[in-house]
Amino acid sequence: MAMTDTDTATPQMEISDEVAIEIRNMNKWYGTFHVLRDIDLTVHRGERIVICGPSGSGKSTLIRCINALEEHQRGSIVVDGTPLSSDLKNIDKIRSEVGMCFQHFNLFPHLTILENCTLAPIWVRKIPKREAEKTAMYFLEKVKIPDQANKYPGQLSGGQQQRVAIARSLCMRPRIMLFDEPTSALDPEMIKEVLDTMIQLAEEGMTMLCVTHEMGFARQVANRVIFMDDGQIVEQNEPEAFFKSPRNERTRLFLSQILGH
Amino acid sequence: MTTLSDPPHADGFRLSLLVRDKRYRSYTFQAIALIALFVFFGWLASNAIRNPVLQQAGIDFGFLADPAGYDINQQPIPYTSQSSHLRASFIGAINTLIVAFLACVTATVFGVFAGVLRLSNNWIVGKLMALYVEMFRNIPVLIWILIIFTISANVLPQPSAFRGDDPEASPILGVAALTNRGFYLPRPYFTNGIGAVPDDVPADGGAPVAQEVASIANWLIVLAVFAASFLAVRGVNAWATKRQNATGRRPSTFWTNLGLWFVPIILTLLILGLRWEVPELRGFNFQGGILARNSLIALWFALSIYTGAFIAENVRAGILAISRGQTEAAAALGLRPGRVMSLVVLPQALRIIIPPLISQYLNITKNTSLAIAVGYMDLTGTLGGITLNQTGRALECVLLLMAFYLVFSLVISAVMNAYNASVALKER
Amino acid sequence: MSDTHAESVAFVRESVIPPAPPPAKEAGAIRWMRENLFATWFNAILTLVALYLIWVLLSGVVPWIVNGTWQGSSLAECREILQGNGGGCFAVLRERWPQLLFGFQYPDYLRWRPVLAFFLLFVAVPPALFVMFLPRWTLIVTAIYPFLAYWLIWGGTILTPLFAALGVVAGYLAFSFTERRGFVLGLAAGVVTALAVWWIGGLLAGEFSRFLRLEAVVSRAMGGFMLNLVLGIVCVSLSLPIGILLALGRQSSLPVVKGFCVVFIEFVRGVPLITLLFVANVVLAFFLPPDANFDLILRVIIMITLFASAYIAEVIRGGLAALPKGQYEAADSLGLDYAQAMRLIILPQALKISIPGIVNVAVGLFKDTTLVSVISMFDLVGMIRGPILASTAWAGIYWELWAAACLMFFVVCYGISQYSQWLERQLQTDHR
Ligand SMILES: Nc1ncnc2c1ncn2[C@@H]1O[C@H](COP(=O)(O)OP(=O)(O)OP(=O)(O)O)[C@@H](O)[C@H]1O
Ligand SMILES: [Mg+2]
Repeated sequence: MAMTDTDTATPQMEISDEVAIEIRNMNKWYGTFHVLRDIDLTVHRGERIVICGPSGSGKSTLIRCINALEEHQRGSIVVDGTPLSSDLKNIDKIRSEVGMCFQHFNLFPHLTILENCTLAPIWVRKIPKREAEKTAMYFLEKVKIPDQANKYPGQLSGGQQQRVAIARSLCMRPRIMLFDEPTSALDPEMIKEVLDTMIQLAEEGMTMLCVTHEMGFARQVANRVIFMDDGQIVEQNEPEAFFKSPRNERTRLFLSQILGH
Repeated sequence: MTTLSDPPHADGFRLSLLVRDKRYRSYTFQAIALIALFVFFGWLASNAIRNPVLQQAGIDFGFLADPAGYDINQQPIPYTSQSSHLRASFIGAINTLIVAFLACVTATVFGVFAGVLRLSNNWIVGKLMALYVEMFRNIPVLIWILIIFTISANVLPQPSAFRGDDPEASPILGVAALTNRGFYLPRPYFTNGIGAVPDDVPADGGAPVAQEVASIANWLIVLAVFAASFLAVRGVNAWATKRQNATGRRPSTFWTNLGLWFVPIILTLLILGLRWEVPELRGFNFQGGILARNSLIALWFALSIYTGAFIAENVRAGILAISRGQTEAAAALGLRPGRVMSLVVLPQALRIIIPPLISQYLNITKNTSLAIAVGYMDLTGTLGGITLNQTGRALECVLLLMAFYLVFSLVISAVMNAYNASVALKER
Repeated sequence: MSDTHAESVAFVRESVIPPAPPPAKEAGAIRWMRENLFATWFNAILTLVALYLIWVLLSGVVPWIVNGTWQGSSLAECREILQGNGGGCFAVLRERWPQLLFGFQYPDYLRWRPVLAFFLLFVAVPPALFVMFLPRWTLIVTAIYPFLAYWLIWGGTILTPLFAALGVVAGYLAFSFTERRGFVLGLAAGVVTALAVWWIGGLLAGEFSRFLRLEAVVSRAMGGFMLNLVLGIVCVSLSLPIGILLALGRQSSLPVVKGFCVVFIEFVRGVPLITLLFVANVVLAFFLPPDANFDLILRVIIMITLFASAYIAEVIRGGLAALPKGQYEAADSLGLDYAQAMRLIILPQALKISIPGIVNVAVGLFKDTTLVSVISMFDLVGMIRGPILASTAWAGIYWELWAAACLMFFVVCYGISQYSQWLERQLQTDHR
């Protein structure tokens, strides 16, 4: 994986004491299948957390619970001081605070790139169209594809589509971004363009929770790496320590598989 | 051939080149195909020329002008048995379109309901709708038509059952009687409109043609008001979008639209003096009102419920085709479920649903020709049925019959292709 | 439990949390009902409406079946036995069963022949339906079946179907021997050989018409559900090859061929089947040689086959269009000519994709065979509407007869569509 020089790019990012996400003792079941077990996680504002773990370990489910795309059955999730409950108002509030990017982009194929980006600001934030379009162009420029604004998603490459998806989330001005394997459906050179966008985002101080297996990205950007297995958080640490001296047997096995081939 | 720049064989043309060479080959094949076609059609034509029946009668469409001499039991426009075969066919065509239109509307309603309900997370409703779909799709429509016809002719009470102080049957809400002859429904008419007939004069007084024209004119006024309401509602919506684009807030248009839909039409109907002629029992039968014969009812209902099962599958497939990722992405952006439906799911699902829906409409139109099995006088019943049998002009009648359906189908398909091209998703 | 501290980031789980059962608010059944039937108030209303509907249906149907009688030889007798207990009079089915199956003209002492043909169907069809599980040679049984079935149902000397089969075999052999010298040549050789064998066969069959002879039955005598099955099976089988040719023709770059195919397909798809049956009934005879006698059934088979082939052509065209363009280019780059490319590479794949669509057409066509009752042929529907309902003994009975007709069609059509879905799943896994 191509990466910019680590020394120069190390972001100077501040982590405040303010708590962005607080998950306490959270459990989730699919039917009788226990997917998430006793998850405890506190994310401070400005933190960049990378979650990794073997397939089926519940990473996506965890991320989706934070955004209320999945319901959890026990424990509590508090996002920006708003507790996640079945109250629709709270869910709305949390969703407009939290942006999310999916593995398969999920752009709306019947709308142009610009319309994709302005849809939610217009209908949820009630922003005038002109203004929403200005914001959209601003973020499209940021992800370096302003010239594609009037094309349709089907006409873009995978990397471009994922960057549009990021821009689309940013247009809602979220305070927290969730990423679920944003690069795993992409070719290597596209991975770089998407990761660069994410790094840029991190440098600007966005709170990020990112499921990814891009370990270079984790080293460079994350201030904490979480390893999940079997629906539980098995180990977490600062990236240096996490990669150099993993302490749990399962973490070591996983890292040796993913790094050492 | 001389335009081709590089002849492969300098030694000139050989016969085998006709098959071997790529350039001549296609011409050879087409020539062969053309000759084969000519031979085949020539053979058909020579048979026809030698046919004794055809030799005697020739091909002649003059019979269309002759008096038809038979009665038609559903006459949307005036007709007597002295009218020409052409007029009889015309009435048949109108009757075809009437039942096709009615069936398309109700089939869509059934289909959308069943398709959406089959997707609901209510287990029992889902299963019930699956049963409906499977049951109706797998049994011939002709059997459904005949079953419903038999039921309405045998199970429903006779008009005389409505008689007496303590009748066996009573009209629904006192206005609509479902009998074994058909459904007697109230007939709307106008007391104040153009060419109005005062309340006390019976509806069949006055010159029939003038009255016909006046009645059509009144209904056209009603239609025009509807169209105006529609345009006004669209205008209001456009205005709301403009306001939303400018200020970000979409003004609520619900009540305005509701008013625009209903107030003008109610006023128009009041001004025109809408009255309902309720069917009344006189002697052994009902008089007045509209009689929807059970042939129409059977055809209409059977086609709707049969085609509804197919439409339900199309609707379900269309909605299922929108991946869960789309709804999730929209929800993650903070859109409420209603908006997710109207802004993200429906615009995509409709593109998938509409083309098969249109071809179901075409199927309905073609299946209305089964009317002949229950005696509904559509085009197949008049032109292809009685006219054909009376005049013996089989070739001409069948040709005209096919031409009607063909033109109708082709026009609709052309419209559909244009629509498909205009909404196709842009891909690389 | 919570040994995560935000300050000291490092955390290692020492013990594995075992999976726990989900928090059970209620017992399984009640919980299931709450989630699946009464999740919201709207859902609850739907459930109640559905339950009411089911109750209405069952309260009508169950007593009708349970109290029904199979005794009696007329409606009046039936009514006497039933004493108005709401039961059905299934005696009509017992008495008229052979008519429903074979029509009223097929000689009763010969009915064993169509019955035998019907049961042989269950031997002949599986090799074609389950190609992937059975050895390929079993397909021979399928190939023999049509000729055998013809002999059983129509009778006559065995030479007729035998030479028909021989013609096909000889034609195929001639084709495969000469094919190497060019597809067109092979085709011509095949057709000529087949025609020659048929011609000789026709002479021989006329000469030795008593050789291994079954009593002949005229086409007019065919009726009942047998007629629907015969029409359905024959027309679908015949329309497949024609449909393939039409689909290829429509895709071809030769304007004459393409034009003809487009006009034919659009014409047939634009008119109702009834009008084509009218053609078979009253028009087609004008265009056939005056001295040849094509009976009604044959004319109907011709028209229904043409009808079906247009629809099948459209399905196959969809399959051809769905193939990636790379397949065509790959075939070209291998140096295959058009016939080879189609036969070896394009068609096998396109047909595979088209199978569900073809089955849909087949089911639709089978249902449409009931339309022949409109031109006064006595298929199942024609039998019920005509001879049975018009008979003095059974006039006024309808639920039982129509229910029987519905059941017969449902079993066949539902069976076929389930098979098609199974096949679709099978083919999907094949691709992976
Ligand atoms: N809707 C669902 N219903 C039932 N089980 C599910 C559902 N979604 C996920 N699961 C199961 O939950 C477990 C965790 O799934 P999840 O998608 O969170 O894994 P993951 O860690 O994201 O894996 P991957 O790296 O492959 O994306 C898996 O075993 C999966 O089979
Ligand atoms: Mg995942």
